[in-house]
Amino acid sequence: MIQLNYMLIISAVMMFAGIFGFLTRRSTLAILLSIELMLNATDLNFAVFNRMLYPGGHEGYFFALFSIAITAAESAIAIAIMINVYRQLKDISVGKLEKMKF
Amino acid sequence: MDYSQFLYMREELSLLAVILIIFLADLFLCKEPKEGVPVRGGKIGLIACVLLGLHTLGNLIPCCGMEHEVTAFGGMYVHTAMMTIVKSVLNVGTLVVFLMANGWLRREENVVKQGEFYLITLFTLLGMYFMISSGHFLMFFIGLELASVPLAALVAFDKWRYESAEAGAKFILLAIFSSALLLYGVSLIYGATGTLYFTEIGALISGGSLLSILGLVLFMAGMGFKISLVPFHLWTADTYQGAPTVVTGYLSVVSKGAASFVLMTVLMKAFADTQLSEAWNIGLFWLIVASITIANLFAVRQQNLKRFMAFSAISQAGYLVLAVMGGTAQGMTALVYYLLVYMVADLGAFAIINVVEQNSGKINIDDYDGLYETNPKLAFLMTLCLFSLAGIPPFAGMFSKFFVFMAAFNAGYQWLVLIALINTVISLYYYLLIVKAMYIKTNETPIAKFRSDNYTRLALFICLAGVVLVGILGVCYNYIDTFAYGME
Repeated sequence: MIQLNYMLIISAVMMFAGIFGFLTRRSTLAILLSIELMLNATDLNFAVFNRMLYPGGHEGYFFALFSIAITAAESAIAIAIMINVYRQLKDISVGKLEKMKF
Repeated sequence: MDYSQFLYMREELSLLAVILIIFLADLFLCKEPKEGVPVRGGKIGLIACVLLGLHTLGNLIPCCGMEHEVTAFGGMYVHTAMMTIVKSVLNVGTLVVFLMANGWLRREENVVKQGEFYLITLFTLLGMYFMISSGHFLMFFIGLELASVPLAALVAFDKWRYESAEAGAKFILLAIFSSALLLYGVSLIYGATGTLYFTEIGALISGGSLLSILGLVLFMAGMGFKISLVPFHLWTADTYQGAPTVVTGYLSVVSKGAASFVLMTVLMKAFADTQLSEAWNIGLFWLIVASITIANLFAVRQQNLKRFMAFSAISQAGYLVLAVMGGTAQGMTALVYYLLVYMVADLGAFAIINVVEQNSGKINIDDYDGLYETNPKLAFLMTLCLFSLAGIPPFAGMFSKFFVFMAAFNAGYQWLVLIALINTVISLYYYLLIVKAMYIKTNETPIAKFRSDNYTRLALFICLAGVVLVGILGVCYNYIDTFAYGME
């Protein structure tokens, strides 16, 4: 049986890879992908805690399910907004989203 | 199954009914646009305002033992009398936003999608309701997302204006990022306690474990993004500037107010452990100091009025969260009272910014030079709202700030109150800059004289009544105070 620690290390690595990507990527789509990575890390966390520590209930699994569904809705809105940005700017890199600052 | 527990959710159900009626009205009343025929406004705005008003009044009637704390659906849904008050405050805020949005939605480019505006706004309000009444982290999360994802669509509502799209992109990316942080925190709390019910977490969690501390920190970071407290505020100014003005008003008052009340109830219920409550008080301490101070310093140098109001809103959020310190019953009263007073003053200012923008297209502070010459009534109202925001007596803002300071002082945070007081003086400076622009500065080409539409007048009347009366009538504070509760 794989130990809890390894699972948590994987999810933590995913989480921080996502944060790193969020801070360093230049394209908004890649940023969105990084955020998805972070959200997947949390889903993994919920499932692992439920399976390994609290096998009596299903709260963690259900939370992961709901979170996946809500994440999908978020991505849909985010991509729709990015299409709108692309229509006006012909570009979706964050370097160009700079009309308003300071 | 006991169906009577649906009665406890009457606020949510009646709001859902309002949403459905508006949806059907939008479907059947709005005609397809034809070539060459200008589209008329239709009745949808009137219907939305009337229904929301009825919904607000109907939910204030007490019924079915809801004065006490009741739970439904196995503790997923919790309702206390205080929540009815908070929801009513949010209702009034949304109503004012609807009233001031009416003229903007009747414009040619928006008239075909005005039904969508009302629907999306009401859906975010529904999300805030669920977030406020949640007793479980899943319910809380769904409510939070329902309140923030449609808001991104509202921010990007002006499809043909580039700033709106840029603001929407910035808002949605940071909203999802903060949700991910918050969720990671929740998952760690789940790992530490094995449950997601707030009351059970409160009984099981211990401040000794590193896991629960990390969970608390990530949770607070996520909420900090939603309330836009300072290290997490970077999206605020850009989003507020780019969004349509009515949406900016909604963002800065209704969504922020709901999130800060929820922050208080969750911290009080789920993180009531002695060590943990000490931890979140320290965290909030620095968040508040940073929010109030840094936002004030940035507000001084702004030229765009909406951007200016964004920094003012960040600093006001600091005062709102100041009431959370200590988690006392007095603090809760102060929080709700502050929210009410801040709402009328801020929305009043936004209603004026909106009506000026609609009639002249001007949004910079310089453009307001000499507004008193051409539109004395608007200039006077704006002055009252800004005075209330700054906390000058005899307006309501002074009383609300006083109650917040008193609550924090009694909870034992004297230094924090001192810092907040100093910042109130600084904030007076930049609020008066606008008053100076309107009354003292002269302008060769001032904003032309115009008449506001009747909806905006009603919105301004509600805000004016709130700014003048809420402070003088002590009843408001006492009424809220009877329902307040704190940590044991």
